[in-house]
Amino acid sequence: MTDPVTERVTLAHGSGGQSMQKLIDELFMRHFKNDTLCQQEDQARLPLKALAEMGGELAFSTDSFVIDPIEFPGGDIGKLAVYGTANDVAMSGAKPLYLSCGFILEEGLELATLARIVVSMANAANEAGIQIVTGDTKVVPKGAADKVFINTSGIGVIPPGIQWGAKQIQPGDRIIISGTLGDHGATILNLREGLGLDGTMRSDCQHLYPLVEALRPIAGVRALRDATRGGVNAVLHEFAKSSGCGFQIDEAALPVTPEVRGICELLGLEAVNFANEGKLVAVVAEQAAEAALSALRKLPGGTSAALMGDVNSSGQVTIKNTFGGSRWLDLPTSEPMPRIC
Amino acid sequence: MQYVDEFRDPTLAKALVAQIEKTLADVPDALKPLQVMEVCGGHTHTLFKYGILQLLPDDIEFVHGPGCPVCVLPKSRLDQCIAIAEQPETIFCTFGDAMRVPGSKGSLLDARARGCDVRMVYSPMDALELAQKHPDKQVVFFALGFETTMPATAMTVQQAQRLGLTNFKIFCQHITIMPTLTALLNQDDVRIDGFLLPGHLSMIIGTKPYQPLVDDFAKPCVVTGFEPLDMLQALLMLLVQFKERRCEIENQYSRVVADDGNPNALKAMAEVYSRKQQSEWRGLGVIEGSGIALSDAYAAFDAEAYFQPQQVSACDPEGSRCGDVLSGRCKPTDCPLFGKPCSPQNAIGALMVSSEGACAAYYHYRTVPTGEGQ
Repeated sequence: MTDPVTERVTLAHGSGGQSMQKLIDELFMRHFKNDTLCQQEDQARLPLKALAEMGGELAFSTDSFVIDPIEFPGGDIGKLAVYGTANDVAMSGAKPLYLSCGFILEEGLELATLARIVVSMANAANEAGIQIVTGDTKVVPKGAADKVFINTSGIGVIPPGIQWGAKQIQPGDRIIISGTLGDHGATILNLREGLGLDGTMRSDCQHLYPLVEALRPIAGVRALRDATRGGVNAVLHEFAKSSGCGFQIDEAALPVTPEVRGICELLGLEAVNFANEGKLVAVVAEQAAEAALSALRKLPGGTSAALMGDVNSSGQVTIKNTFGGSRWLDLPTSEPMPRIC
Repeated sequence: MQYVDEFRDPTLAKALVAQIEKTLADVPDALKPLQVMEVCGGHTHTLFKYGILQLLPDDIEFVHGPGCPVCVLPKSRLDQCIAIAEQPETIFCTFGDAMRVPGSKGSLLDARARGCDVRMVYSPMDALELAQKHPDKQVVFFALGFETTMPATAMTVQQAQRLGLTNFKIFCQHITIMPTLTALLNQDDVRIDGFLLPGHLSMIIGTKPYQPLVDDFAKPCVVTGFEPLDMLQALLMLLVQFKERRCEIENQYSRVVADDGNPNALKAMAEVYSRKQQSEWRGLGVIEGSGIALSDAYAAFDAEAYFQPQQVSACDPEGSRCGDVLSGRCKPTDCPLFGKPCSPQNAIGALMVSSEGACAAYYHYRTVPTGEGQ
C-alpha cells in the first residue's frame, strides 16, 4: 500500500475492482492469513471429521460491533469483535475455533486506522488460537456509518458431557462473577462523553475461554454467560426468565474497582448495569462453588472472581443492600442517564 | 472508597437507628406520626436505595418534597424546549435526566429521533465548547435546576460574554426553592412537622435563607448530607429538637455547607440572574417569586428572547396525582396510575422519569416482602 497515513477508504475500496482487491490482499489476507482463508473461495471449507472428533455439538454465535470510540484503553473495535463473539461461543463450554468477519467501512476512514484494527484483530485471534476463515467488506458513503462497523460469527465444538445452560439452574445454586464489574462500560462512558476522568480505567476486553476451560472439569457448573451489554443485571434477568428461578446478589460482595465506583458515585449510576467485555457470570451448585472460585482465581483473567449471590425460587432478581434490606433489581429502561446534581 | 464508605457503615447505622427509637419515645405523642419532608430528590433516592424506611419506626413518615428539578419541570416548558430544538441550525443541549421527560409532543429523546440535534451534556461548559466549535449554529443550553446548578450556568454565561460569543444561548428554567416551601406550608391541608433540607443547594446559599421556616412557620429544620448516615444523623437531630421543643435551623452537613454559603457562587448569581414574577411547577401550579431569568446585563444570551417559543398551556395528565405526591398529600402508590400505566418504561408523570422522582424511587426500589428472595 502507498502512504497509509494520508490514505483514506474510498467507495472504490468496496466496488469489487482493483482497489478492493488490493485492500483485501494487502491488509486482510496479509494479517488474517491461514490455510482456509488463503483458498480464497466464496466460502470457508471446514473439516467436518476433525470437528466431530472434538464433540457432538457445534456452538455457533454472531455479534455486531458498532462502538464509539473505536480505540480505547484496553482494546479497540477489532479486539472486541474477535473476543466478543468468541466469548459468546465459549459460554457453552466450547473452544472457539473459527470466525467470519464482515466489515462495513465509512468512506473517509483513514487506512492507517483500519490497519491498526485489522492487526489488533489478527493478534487477538492468534493469541486465542482462533482462525478468521471468511470475510466481507462493504464501503458506505460518508455519514451512512460511523467509521467502521464489524460483524463476526464464530464456531466452536462443545466437548462431550458438557450441557451448560440456564435451564440447568436450581434454587440453592451459587452465583459467581469472574472479576470486577463495569470496567468496559465506565471506560467507554468516560471517553465517549469526554468526562475527562484521569486514572487507570481500562476496558476488560479479553478472551474468556481460559476461564471456561478451567471450569469444565468441575462437576456442578450449571450455566455461564458473558456479562456484556446491560451488565450483570441483564444476565441475571435472562437467567431468571429461562430458569424460572430467583437471583439474589449481595451489594457488599460485588467486586468493583475504585475507578469504576468513582464514576458510578459521580454520575449516580450502578456498576451492575455497566457493560463488561471480559467477565462471565457462572451459576454453580453449592458444593461446586469453592472449586469454581479457586479455579478462576488461579488465572490472570479471574484473579478478582467472587461469590456474589444465591439462587432461590422467587423468580425475581433482587439485591441485598449493605444495611440488610433487599430490593428488586429492575432492568434499566434505557441507556443510563446521569443525574443532574 | 474514602469519604464514602465511612458514611455507609451498617454498624453505625444500627446505632443511630437505636438512638432515633429512643429519642422518638420522648417526642410528644400528639406529634406522631411525625411527618418529615426531605426536600431534595437526592435524599429520596438515598432513603430508598439503602432501605432506610425499613429500618425506621412506623411513627416516622417521610413526605418526598419538590426538590427534584426534573420532576417539577412543567410540560409546557418542555414543549418550548422541543420547539427550540426543532429550529434549523440549532444544537439543543441538556442534562441527561431531562431527556426522557414527557411533554405534550413526546420527549427530547423523541425529538432527537426525529432528527433534531439534541445533545446530552454534563456541564454547561460542554455546551459552551460546542458553541465555539460550531460558530455557524445556535447552541442552546437548557439551564435546569435549583441553586445547586445555578452558579455553573452563571459562570458559563459570564465566560461566553468574555469570549464575545453570539451563538450561545441559555433557556433558563432555574427555580428557587424557598418560595415553593413557603407556598406549600401556606396550604391548609398539608401537614409537615419538620424538614431535612437539601445539602448541595445549601452549599451555595448557606443556612440563613431558611430562617422563615423557623420564624414564620415554627418548623424545625436540619440541613442534611446525602449518605445514609448523614440522613440518619440529621433525623436524630430533628427528633432531639422535637423532644427539647426547640425550633432551629441546624446544619448536619457542616463538612460541606457553610452558614453563609459560597460567596463566589452567590456573586456570580447576583450578576447573571434576576427573579421572575412567577414560575409554573409541574403538579404544584404557578408559584409567585419562584422563577429565575437572566438579568438585563446578560439578556443577549436569553434563548427565550431569541427564539420566542410560543407560550403554551399543557395540563398535567388526567387522573395523575403528581401534585398530591409532591405536597405530601398522598404516597406514589396511592395514585391510580402508579405502576400501570405509569411506569419508568412509560412515564406519564415526571415523578416517574427522574431517578430522583418519588414515584421512580418507589418503583425501582420496591422492597422485597420478608420471606421472598431470601
